Amino acid sequence: MLNNYNGLAQPFWQNGPAPGQFYHFTGGQQQIQNLPRELTTAGPYGTQRNTARITTGSSVLGIRFDGGVMIAADTMVSYGSLSRYQSIDRVFKINEKILLGGGDDFADIQSIKRTIDQKMIADQCRADEIEMKPTELAMWLTRVLYNRRTRMNPLFIDVVVGGVNAEGKPFLGNVDLRGRFYEDFVVATGFARHLAIPLVRESKPAGREFTAEEASNLIRKCMEVLYYRDTRNTSKYTVGVCTPSGSVVEGPYKVDENWSFASTIKGY
Amino acid sequence: MSNLGFQQFPEYQVPGVQQADFSPYESNGGSIVAIAGDDFVVIAADTRLSSGYNIHSRDQSKLFKLSDQTVLGSTGCWADTLSLTGLLKVRMQGYEHTHLRTMATDAVAQMLSITMYNRRFFPYYVSNILAGIDKDGKGVVYSYDPIGHCERAFYRAGGTAGTLLQPVLDNQIGHKNINLSSSELPKLTIERAVAIASDTFISAAERDIYTGDSVLINIITKDGIEEKKLQLRLD
Amino acid sequence: MDLDIARDLPRPGFNFDNCKRNATLLKGGFKPPTTTKTGTTIVGIIFKDGVILGADTRATEGPIVSDKNCAKIHYLAKNIYCCGAGTAADTEMTTDLISSQLELHRLGTEREVRVVAANVMLKQMLFRYQGHISAALVLGGVDKTGPHIYSIHPHGSADKLPYATMGSGSLAAMSVFESRWRPDMSEEEGKKLVRDAIASGVFNDLGSGSNIDLCVIRKGSVEYLRNYELANKKGERKLDYRFKKGATPVLHTSVRDLIVNESVTVVPMETS
Repeated sequence: MLNNYNGLAQPFWQNGPAPGQFYHFTGGQQQIQNLPRELTTAGPYGTQRNTARITTGSSVLGIRFDGGVMIAADTMVSYGSLSRYQSIDRVFKINEKILLGGGDDFADIQSIKRTIDQKMIADQCRADEIEMKPTELAMWLTRVLYNRRTRMNPLFIDVVVGGVNAEGKPFLGNVDLRGRFYEDFVVATGFARHLAIPLVRESKPAGREFTAEEASNLIRKCMEVLYYRDTRNTSKYTVGVCTPSGSVVEGPYKVDENWSFASTIKGY
Repeated sequence: MSNLGFQQFPEYQVPGVQQADFSPYESNGGSIVAIAGDDFVVIAADTRLSSGYNIHSRDQSKLFKLSDQTVLGSTGCWADTLSLTGLLKVRMQGYEHTHLRTMATDAVAQMLSITMYNRRFFPYYVSNILAGIDKDGKGVVYSYDPIGHCERAFYRAGGTAGTLLQPVLDNQIGHKNINLSSSELPKLTIERAVAIASDTFISAAERDIYTGDSVLINIITKDGIEEKKLQLRLD
Repeated sequence: MDLDIARDLPRPGFNFDNCKRNATLLKGGFKPPTTTKTGTTIVGIIFKDGVILGADTRATEGPIVSDKNCAKIHYLAKNIYCCGAGTAADTEMTTDLISSQLELHRLGTEREVRVVAANVMLKQMLFRYQGHISAALVLGGVDKTGPHIYSIHPHGSADKLPYATMGSGSLAAMSVFESRWRPDMSEEEGKKLVRDAIASGVFNDLGSGSNIDLCVIRKGSVEYLRNYELANKKGERKLDYRFKKGATPVLHTSVRDLIVNESVTVVPMETS
């Protein structure tokens, strides 16, 4: 029971997901805390919870290639228009089969990441050598995010989920704060949706997937363009690569910026 | 809640003062056309998933095979479409396990209606068209509004280009405003239904920015479902 | 007395009372008439011998395409052209107006007009209207001082750039320029780049579509390449939708003579 507080004292925990609300630890006591709906949804006088994004990450770009997926994100986490944190990885290795790239509110990303990591530990504790696959994580995310949006209390996140499914089949998808999900060979959040997707789509060879080399060249090119044109970007980025042999997050890399033509611009 | 809270301050005591900076809905575009014949039904939907001026995917099927005799076409808010169709699949499977037979098309139609009305005051923002073969082996189309109103018909267009396409179907399939004797009117065969369905999508892609990329056509007969795909403009 | 008259004099300058009125009407649920927008991808680059402008050809009214092949590269002067994005009427009228002023300027000064002159006239006009004229422009031309590209925003700010993009497809097009533009490109390379930039907008931005227009302006010559590439082919319909004769019901027929028969009877004048 959670409601053992009197009318005057504020409850110890309210207006948010209870710790461990999403996961059920294997072998633990069956003690799922069902918070009363009043605490998880806005009441008639509004909510005491913050309803907007505060610290945000900008773009995430994912590209599927013939043997797996690559997910890249720059290392900036902004506080409004302040470039608050300049070297934070936003591409995460979830397990050997899954990569996750997180955009939008970084606190919500960290929160969902903790829950996912806990799920992975629960997965390992079964010791059945069955690993979660990216499709499963993406579907789980759609349910969590859709339920939160339905309660008008969304997690402000826009994530790219990538990895390899059974039989080494590459998977790349996007889940947004409303629980919208789709799969494609290129998936992006933030400014990359406008700037990077056109570049990747135009260089897609007809009738075949990208090779790993093509994908990594494209990512380098796209991160450079994003650095030039997205104000909430740094020149550093990390790249996650997932193939049937495992997943790894590499970097940070630096974009090779070129400002040589700037001196040729005269007048206004 | 506490009697020391902000209820004490009258200007805060307005119900629903929550800042509405979040909309739970989003339109993701797409169109559906369904045409029923004597012993078949054709249902088609484009494969563009978009929001605002962005194309998210050029290859997203909006046709959901619910059984060998029933296909649902669903567009609108894609997150709602995914939830609704997921729920339908669960319920159909439950029915199959308890009753040891597949749900008939008219039963699915009724279930869809009540499932949507269940969310009367926070609706699924979707445009649904259900196509299937009914108990008597006849093709049938059911169309829905977002809160579960269900209407049985023989042809129907829905989605972002629904208002563009419905009058075309009224004229070509329903023979509305055509002053010809029934012998002069073309018979509705599978070929004609498929041709009209694909032609309407070619026209819709010309004028509706949310319809395009390609169109998936499902032809349902008593023998099962045949699938076809046709390329549309990509702009 | 004199003071009273002075007090009643209207304030000089522009009057924006109607803007306030319009906002009030909108708040009350008034639906204003819809305008044709050119969702648009428009671009311009400087290459070795001049400038190249590019535009798509889609005009929209909300989610509906209202013109599948409109021209968004407008004539300003013999050596200056201007791409327009935003409200179709605003871009057309603004460029027409400035075009006529530039011609008068040319006749008055007896010199070829410069691109800066067009830029200043356009941005001063747009600034005067405080953004209420929704025209986002890419201005390009070649004059005695060389090739120039300007991008002008609806509120009247302008940038002088080696490559510029505007409209809803501006980001898609800009990503192409940012990754492939170089100084001193040849004309062929330049045309290919501008084509790619517009195609990027056409295929990735729903507000842009249909065909690709180009305009190459060199020192002393202009090449307006209307429908340089038909980027999208209309699908071929399977059936013939022409109506058979007699399909439209005739509800009522009335036949009237066109020749009016008059009979004239002579009435003798009374002479008694």
